Amino acid sequence: METVKVTELAISDNGFIFDPATGYSYSANETGFMLLRMLQSGLDKAEIRQQFLTEYETTPDSLDSDLEHFILMLRALNLIGVGPEDADAV
Amino acid sequence: MKKQYSAPYIERNAAGSTNKYAHRSVLSHLDNIDHVPIGNLIKEHGSPLFVFSERQIRRTYRHLTDVIQMQYPNSEISWSYKTNYLGAICSIYHQEGAKAECVSGMEYEMAKRLGVEGKNIIFNGPGKRRNEIVNAVNDGARLHIDHLEELYLIEKVSDELGIIPEVAIRINMDTGIYPMWTRFGFNYENGEAFRAVQRLLTGKKMKLVGLHVHQGTFILDAFSYYWVAQKLLTLAQQIKEQFDVVVDYIDVGGGFASQNALHAQYTPAEYATPSYDQYAAAIGNAFNESRFVREHEPRLILETGRVLVDEAGYLLSRVIGRKNLPTGERAVILDAGVNINITAWWYKQRVRPTRPFAGSYQNTVFYGPLCMNIDLIRPAMPFPDLQSGDVVVVSPVGAYNVTQWMQFIEYRPNVILISETGAVEVIREREELADVISREHIPEHLIRI
Repeated sequence: METVKVTELAISDNGFIFDPATGYSYSANETGFMLLRMLQSGLDKAEIRQQFLTEYETTPDSLDSDLEHFILMLRALNLIGVGPEDADAV
Repeated sequence: MKKQYSAPYIERNAAGSTNKYAHRSVLSHLDNIDHVPIGNLIKEHGSPLFVFSERQIRRTYRHLTDVIQMQYPNSEISWSYKTNYLGAICSIYHQEGAKAECVSGMEYEMAKRLGVEGKNIIFNGPGKRRNEIVNAVNDGARLHIDHLEELYLIEKVSDELGIIPEVAIRINMDTGIYPMWTRFGFNYENGEAFRAVQRLLTGKKMKLVGLHVHQGTFILDAFSYYWVAQKLLTLAQQIKEQFDVVVDYIDVGGGFASQNALHAQYTPAEYATPSYDQYAAAIGNAFNESRFVREHEPRLILETGRVLVDEAGYLLSRVIGRKNLPTGERAVILDAGVNINITAWWYKQRVRPTRPFAGSYQNTVFYGPLCMNIDLIRPAMPFPDLQSGDVVVVSPVGAYNVTQWMQFIEYRPNVILISETGAVEVIREREELADVISREHIPEHLIRI
């Protein structure tokens, strides 16, 4: 997973997400916002997962499915690219 | 304490996605029906659960009759049994003064069971069997004749019984509606309807008391009813002039649209569905300008069912599970499918949460529990992040579901009525295995496996 584009997003503290490369802006919910911040700070999947399970009332299975779905959303919005580790899947 | 979780979500902000019919897209939750908490209903009667509001049924009926009678006082409603023939529901309409409109022998028996006299039953439908016609003629019910074979059969039956039955002729016509329904009755434009009347009166075995049209269903063009009434009244005048027979009533059938929205419909129901006043004005205009009405003041009969009961019915359903679709949409699996909510195939029904949710919405598709791809309750709509066990309200579902529901892999659920006093009554019990298999017979040689 290529997360360079995510790191280039301008994310304000009050929840405004702006992509300077395209001019698009985005809205996210609380957990979506938190996840973007984590991706920007370079946390890996396991660390993100752990932090979510510590902070939120959810189950690992449910969380895994939702995290995967969020990555799909980011990909659909062209906010993450395909990294070398995904090459086989493409 | 850990924070309440909701699945992460992001969407691109888009300006200009509204249209000139822009309306609120924010979902409000519904946690009670007629002040009875939904949580209590589910706890007591299980899920899924059909809920009908007696208060709403009566209020809608009175509203429609008021509006119609303001346009034309000599009017009445015959309750369309096929729309919802649960005994309790029909009884409410009969208490309000509605007569019965039945389209099959089974419905006819249902109306009789509820104590409706034959003279207050309209026997419609294209497939009346001989024994059903015999019963109707004996009871003094009004038969609406669909085709010539039926006309001949009624003549024979009336001859055998020595009774002159009261009948009406069913007519199909061009009212500007597409597709034009041509399968019921005799055509107006090509003169078939007039010839049928001529044949009926020549036979002298029946008394022609009415003219009837069923132009279609979910009619979103109120003005088409002007043409229904205008053409029927013109024919009534012709019959008077040619045969010196005056019909007692003009039956404009049903078809008024409810506050549902067809899948192909662009605008929401609150903009697309004509008001009662618009339907009534269209019919009233034709009546007010008719010479036949001035001279004979026929009864106006409506057989509209959907518009009366659709909004009074709710389906409560619990979330079994959630999943993510490859399209990027969220999917929710409900415990109620198209087996009990068949009108989901036609309408974009309203789905509402039963508790408030914080946070943003994401596009969510609602599926039922059936192992069939067609089991789709609602195509994607923005919805908060439901959890397993959450309950949603699907509406309007009062029309055509508890009559057209299917016995497919599940038991039909409880149906309850919230009375005007707030009392909750079960009006149809949840089925169990015995209900499904009670009519089955397994041959002796197949009993051992």
